[in-house]
Amino acid sequence: MAGSLGFLLGTILALARLSKSPILNSVSWSFFWFFRSVPLLVQVLIWYNLGYLYPRLGFGIPFTDTYLVGFDTITLISQFAAAVLGLSLHQAAYSAEIIRGGILSVDQGQLEASAALGLPRHVRVLQIILPQAARSILPNAFNEIIGLLKGTSIVSVIALGELFYVAQVIYNRNQQVIPLLLVAVIWYIILTTVLSIGQFYVERHFARGAERVLPPTPLQAARRWISVQWARLDEPGTPTSAGLDAKSESFRL
Amino acid sequence: MSTTTEAATRGLVEIRGVSKSYSGHEVLHDVNLTVQPGEVVAILGPSGSGKSTLLRTINHLESVDAGWVTVDGQLIGYEQRGERLFELKEKEILTRRTQVGVVFQNFNLFPHLTAAENIAKAPVALKRVNKADGRELALGLLAKVGLSDKADAYPRQLSGGQQQRVAIARALALTPKVLLFDEPTSALDPELVGEVLDVIRDLAKLGTTLIIVTHETGFAREVADRIVFIDGGHVLEVGTPVQVFESPTQ
Repeated sequence: MAGSLGFLLGTILALARLSKSPILNSVSWSFFWFFRSVPLLVQVLIWYNLGYLYPRLGFGIPFTDTYLVGFDTITLISQFAAAVLGLSLHQAAYSAEIIRGGILSVDQGQLEASAALGLPRHVRVLQIILPQAARSILPNAFNEIIGLLKGTSIVSVIALGELFYVAQVIYNRNQQVIPLLLVAVIWYIILTTVLSIGQFYVERHFARGAERVLPPTPLQAARRWISVQWARLDEPGTPTSAGLDAKSESFRL
Repeated sequence: MSTTTEAATRGLVEIRGVSKSYSGHEVLHDVNLTVQPGEVVAILGPSGSGKSTLLRTINHLESVDAGWVTVDGQLIGYEQRGERLFELKEKEILTRRTQVGVVFQNFNLFPHLTAAENIAKAPVALKRVNKADGRELALGLLAKVGLSDKADAYPRQLSGGQQQRVAIARALALTPKVLLFDEPTSALDPELVGEVLDVIRDLAKLGTTLIIVTHETGFAREVADRIVFIDGGHVLEVGTPVQVFESPTQ
């Protein structure tokens, strides 16, 4: 959740940073200057403890105590909200730079061509530039998301019941420290693996057009391997064309 | 679908007193040129002579320091208020730009879209046609440039010559009054140049105004109604191919 919020905000920030408007530019610059400077741990604690500074948050008449709509900070910013806020803002600052890098990597000629075709700005950004930028954004982006996943262990400091916090609570009770940490490790590995598999398919999707032949999905690779083995059983000794094609089609560094 | 017929009759380009410099270095010096509707003009000149810059000022990919450019009497990129010219809002520049198609030296096709999607993108995005009609339009244009079988190929799966032909079809999709070619064949292998020139030759016959920056003097001589020779940002010669090549004044 913080990942998608963070990346959404990050995209907006990156676009603002690259826009010609000096206001958008400086707002987004200050945003990620600030949120890159503050450690995540400190940020999460500040959000969680905001209630000490401003007991009530709401809309009202400035410089008076009259609220039109008001909430107690403590109820508004729960542990969960504090964690999401902190992680999203932190993530947005980092992903903005990744996305900006990706956008800068798109050939200038693409901008010229879309300008020459009179494409409206939102089409240029969403349909021409970002899909191409995605190719260089994705590997870094997934790094960040996986980092974020493990970064959630930081919010255990505000007693939010995420994976690591729960593991700690249990081993404090039953003293099985190493086994429970191992359980946590296994869960982190499973979640990261799921994300890595997702990464493969998302990257493959955006490789359309960039590679002449897309890399086979594991399923396709397995099918091809089976068919090759099968053919070999039929005619022992002759190399099969399926196996050769697979090698000659894709270029590897 | 009206793809070319109505656009074929118009396309008068007037360039008046256009000057442009980059950090003190003057690339264009007081250039004047009128291109009649349906005329094919080739701009020749050595590298760095300003010919590409001149071409790019025509659809405002490049702003000018002085002078103005009009297509059918309409200023491109600027509007006149009293005695002064003001740069238009981006949206209006975009609308006026669609009257002028550009074919780039490096094709600049969108690599993540297929040939047909490349062509249909602008007409669909500008809401001139819906998606299905856009595809129809794209297939029709691909047939025109002899690539009917490549509709679903991605640019990287095509040869340079094929890519440039797709790029020409993409420029035609907006039925521009004027088509600009910025060295359309200089990124191609010699054996692929012919197929692109054939397409341009066909366009010349259809009556769209064509302005071609090129190094192919032979082609310019054959296809152009007039040749413009530029050096150092100055127009040195303007005339029919016979005049320019056989009895140059300079």
